[in-house]
Amino acid sequence: MDMNRREFLQMLAIASAGGFLLKHSESYAASDAARMYDLPKFGNVSLMHITDTHAQLNPMFFREPEINLGVGQMKGLPPHLVGNALLKRFGVKPGTAEAHAYTSLNYVDAARTYGKVGGFAHLATLVKQIRASRSGSLLLDGGDTWQGTGQALWSNGQDMIDACLELGVDVMTMHWECTYGAQRIKDAEEGALKGKMDVVAQNVKTTDFGDPVFKPYVIREINTIPVAIIGQAFPYSSIANPRYFVPEWSYGIQEENLQLTIDEARKKGAQVVVLLSHNGMDVDLKLASRVSGLDAILGGHTHDGIPAPIPVKNRGGTTLVTNAGSNGKFLGVLDFEVKAGKVTDFRYKLLPVFSNLLAADQSMAALMQKHRAPYADKLSEKLATTDGLLYRRGNFNGSFDQVILDALMKEKDAPIAFSPGFRWGTSLLPGSAITMEDVLNQTAITYPYTTLTEMKGEQIKMVLEDVCDNLFNPDPYYQQGGDMVRVGGLEYTCEPNAANGKRIQDMRLNGKPLDAAKTYKVAGWAPVSEAARDKGGEPIWDLVARHLRAEKVVKATAPNVPKLKGVAGNPGMV
Amino acid sequence: MNKEINLGRREALKAGGGIGLMAVLGAYGLLNSTAAMAEWNKAAFSSKAMDEAFAAMGAANPEVNATAIQLSVPEIAENGAIVPVTVSSTLANVEQITIFVDKNQNVMAANFIFPAGTESMVTTRVKMGQTANVVALVKADGKFYRTAKEVKVTAGGCGG
Repeated sequence: MDMNRREFLQMLAIASAGGFLLKHSESYAASDAARMYDLPKFGNVSLMHITDTHAQLNPMFFREPEINLGVGQMKGLPPHLVGNALLKRFGVKPGTAEAHAYTSLNYVDAARTYGKVGGFAHLATLVKQIRASRSGSLLLDGGDTWQGTGQALWSNGQDMIDACLELGVDVMTMHWECTYGAQRIKDAEEGALKGKMDVVAQNVKTTDFGDPVFKPYVIREINTIPVAIIGQAFPYSSIANPRYFVPEWSYGIQEENLQLTIDEARKKGAQVVVLLSHNGMDVDLKLASRVSGLDAILGGHTHDGIPAPIPVKNRGGTTLVTNAGSNGKFLGVLDFEVKAGKVTDFRYKLLPVFSNLLAADQSMAALMQKHRAPYADKLSEKLATTDGLLYRRGNFNGSFDQVILDALMKEKDAPIAFSPGFRWGTSLLPGSAITMEDVLNQTAITYPYTTLTEMKGEQIKMVLEDVCDNLFNPDPYYQQGGDMVRVGGLEYTCEPNAANGKRIQDMRLNGKPLDAAKTYKVAGWAPVSEAARDKGGEPIWDLVARHLRAEKVVKATAPNVPKLKGVAGNPGMV
Repeated sequence: MNKEINLGRREALKAGGGIGLMAVLGAYGLLNSTAAMAEWNKAAFSSKAMDEAFAAMGAANPEVNATAIQLSVPEIAENGAIVPVTVSSTLANVEQITIFVDKNQNVMAANFIFPAGTESMVTTRVKMGQTANVVALVKADGKFYRTAKEVKVTAGGCGG
């Protein structure tokens, strides 16, 4: 149900007057939604923040997780709250447009009511509107911008570079950008972005001597107030993604160096210091407690749409920690009041971008059309139709991942399949066509090779334990921020609170316990090793597309998820 | 880490051009002949367990001190075969810095001996087969101190 803004508002008015189509609470909320963009001006330093847009230039659907478990000290705390627990914690009224933006509650009905979210043309309108009321404000991009669609992949990220320049991004940091190769980033930094957008990262160094690869920070003046923006790239780009793309760069959290950088920026006169971070929210929360001198950490990576900043105390005072969701679905607006050289007060709003409530910016729309033209035919090929809702996000598996797993097992003739626990990947409502573009929205990476590997039962367990520890290690510094590897064919039990090596239990194939010594065929994709790259392997999107063309209709089925142990009552589950 | 020092080292290596490398490094104080000539503590280097290694070093019960010893390691290793480790200390009269990996087959990875007046800082790389604690042992004024940090070694993939 696509409609323009006027039709949408008319429909809401009719629905509201007639008392049908929408529940009363929803129609009431929708008129609130139209007002949500009237953000009163506050203070004298404003920062806008986007992150993890994953190249989604067009409006789309993105379902927030129904499961995002927190373990250890993170249990029950943001970002590990979903559904009503999240709404309650942040005082968001259930049944409202905002409640829909932040949760998966009543997802399909609400998505049909409120329509698509995000889209750079709509985002551009919102950015212009905020900028008009906040002189000198800056737009910061936390990275994961150049990757996520077929178009971004095939244009080598150029469509997103152009779109971000058009949007007026002032400063960026990175993660998936690195999978285009070190040279690509440096070329862009010294070419298209030069003099327009700063690329900052205090935690990327050369592997040989530890020389900085990027500017660690920049100081920009906002209404004559010097504001330092320090960059924090994803600390594990060379582990979570193939090292061969960035062989001469070393990452890590680099806490000590961050403290030195903050101190240096303060000494140079910065009155406001923020970290533009791609750490992931758990890491940011820990980091905020251990370094001093940051007014805020504007965070990303873990795709958490967190309505309000989390204040974290440290020896220097308090640092606000935010996370601005993903896929262009949100724009974070942080207003500081700075008096006598210090931040004295703030306001923060994570604005959902409802495509039906914001007119498309014509200049951005034209740019998007230009970039799409060469690929339009290929992207719009209809492969199949889905009966059920297709989504990815969630700790263990998503229905779109299940489609990928089913395709892998069938096409590779393997009883078991693995698919990476990426947190990007858009959603499709029941009854939708699945196009090539949709498949690429789940798979468009620079190392898309499909693999077929013989693995012993004990190796399979080791892989699952390893990934599970990256998700549920009680110390956030040892996490990598993705979700659990999606598993097809194999059933298992997962105990997130157990020790490393003991979380994966009762693994079964066709009802029979997995034999540690026996060899099994495992299909997969996105290998990080050079050997796998050199071997090649059909790109995952071609394999999935072939499978879907043959299937024609994807039946609604529940994805294969593990039995969970020891997490009953955890508010990170709906 | 200090940028000037690093750029200095880069220049030093360029200037050295390979042939005069040892001499140039010597001039920069990065190697010293005392360390090279120090007696090889075979018992310590072949120890299979931390207790055994500490005993062989004459450091049966070193005091834990995470503030006077700065141990810098990555939280997650980018490559388990070459994990960078930097140890420095604010203790006076540092005589020795020793680095251990508690789950390696031979737990002691490196031992550095400091002649009087040397800046007490070392950077090296150690090999790690699995997630383990990297332990730094510092001998200063005849007394032993230690600190440790866990470094995770992971198969990788699946992030983000």
